Parts: sequence; C-alpha cells; structure tokens
Amino acid sequence: MSTTETPKRSMRTPLGRVRNLGAAHSGTSDFWRQRLTGVAMTLLMLPVIVVVMMLLGRNQAGAAQILGSLPIALILLLFIFASAWHMKIGMQVVIEDYVHNEKLKLVAVMLNNFFSIAVALASTYAILKLSSGV
Amino acid sequence: MVLSIVHRATGIALYVGTLLLAWWLIAAASGPAAYSHVQAFTGSIIGRLIVFGYTWALMHHMLSGIRHFVWDLGYGFKANEREALTWGALIGGIALTVLIWIIAYAIGGGR
Repeated sequence: MSTTETPKRSMRTPLGRVRNLGAAHSGTSDFWRQRLTGVAMTLLMLPVIVVVMMLLGRNQAGAAQILGSLPIALILLLFIFASAWHMKIGMQVVIEDYVHNEKLKLVAVMLNNFFSIAVALASTYAILKLSSGV
Repeated sequence: MVLSIVHRATGIALYVGTLLLAWWLIAAASGPAAYSHVQAFTGSIIGRLIVFGYTWALMHHMLSGIRHFVWDLGYGFKANEREALTWGALIGGIALTVLIWIIAYAIGGGR
C-alpha cells in the first residue's frame, strides 16, 4: 500500500492519479485476459481443427448439419468468444504502441472494439441460427 | 529478436482473417448459394493461398504465444533456451501447417 499513498503535499486530484493507468499503461487486467484467452484457444485448437476437417468437401446442407450439433456449436462458440476478446486486446496494444495522436488513438481503439464485437456477434448469430435449424 | 514482430504481424493477419471465418459461418447459416460462393473462393488458387497463410499464421502465433507464456512463468531466459523456444516456434509452426494440409488433402479437402 505504501507505493499508492499520496504524498501529503500533492496537488494532484484523485482523477489525475488514476488517469491513463488503464489499458496497458499499468493496469494488469488486460494482461491477464490476454493470457487467459490465449490458453483457452490453445486448448480449443485441436477440437476446432477437427471440426474444420470434418467440414472439408461438404456442401452447405452437410456443413450446416455438422455446425448445428451441440458439441460442435459449443466448441466454436467458446473459440469465437476467446478469439474476439484476445484479438481486441492484442490490437489495442498495437494501437497504443504505434498511434501517438491521442484523438486518432481514441478513434482507433473504438473501431477496434466495434470490429471485434461485430465479428464475434455475427459469427455467434450464424452458429445459433444453425443450431436452431431456422 | 525479430520473431516478436512476426508474432505481432501474424496476430494482425489473424485479426483481419476473422472476416473470412465470419463470412464462412454466415454463409453456412444463409443457404446453399451463399455457401457455394465461399467454396468457390476457398477452392481458388488465391483463396487456397490465403487459407494456407492463415493456417500458418495461426499455428505460428499459437506456438509463439506459448513461448511468451513460458517466459511469463519465469522460464526459458537463458540464451540457449531463448534460441530453442524461438526456433521451436518457427519450425513447429511450419511443420504443423504442412501436417494439417497433408491431412486435409488426404481426407478429400483438396477436391
């Protein structure tokens, strides 16, 4: 705790002290989630490759039937969730390393979030649609 | 070493490549016509090269990521260990990619 104690004569406001600590400046939650999702994807990699192999050379009806089965849908949903989160964090690190203009950085981080969430939701929607057989 | 930038570059490539995966899943959920477009693309030379590159990026990024995880846990910092991990990721990534494509063609994915 001693490191976080405020010097008695500091003129800095509480907001000023915590500002810019998020997202890789000194926070650790993204670091942890990056590892968590990386390990998750590594564990899921073999099942995912097997699923893709099962789909090779099949037409849409065959592919839809396989993708709609419960264990396969679950494997893919977990993989999509982990990879969207992982790539969102990874791209944010890249943006923060290379984009130094604050406003541009803000826009880039926002677009990164939009892209990651859009890809994840679109893929999830497709799998749920296949699973419900609509 | 130079491989850390390769880790980053493959990560960015995989990021963009998720569009292809999303397209494929949405097409499968949409119907035969949409799915045949995806198959026409992945069956073409360009499409096949992209999917091959995607396979390599994924395998390399995974192994390179495991290398980083070993370092996070505090191991593998000796010069020879760093070299071994780096070469392991590089050679392993290529080997796994080739292996996956051999299996894919063997079970009829090359049609």
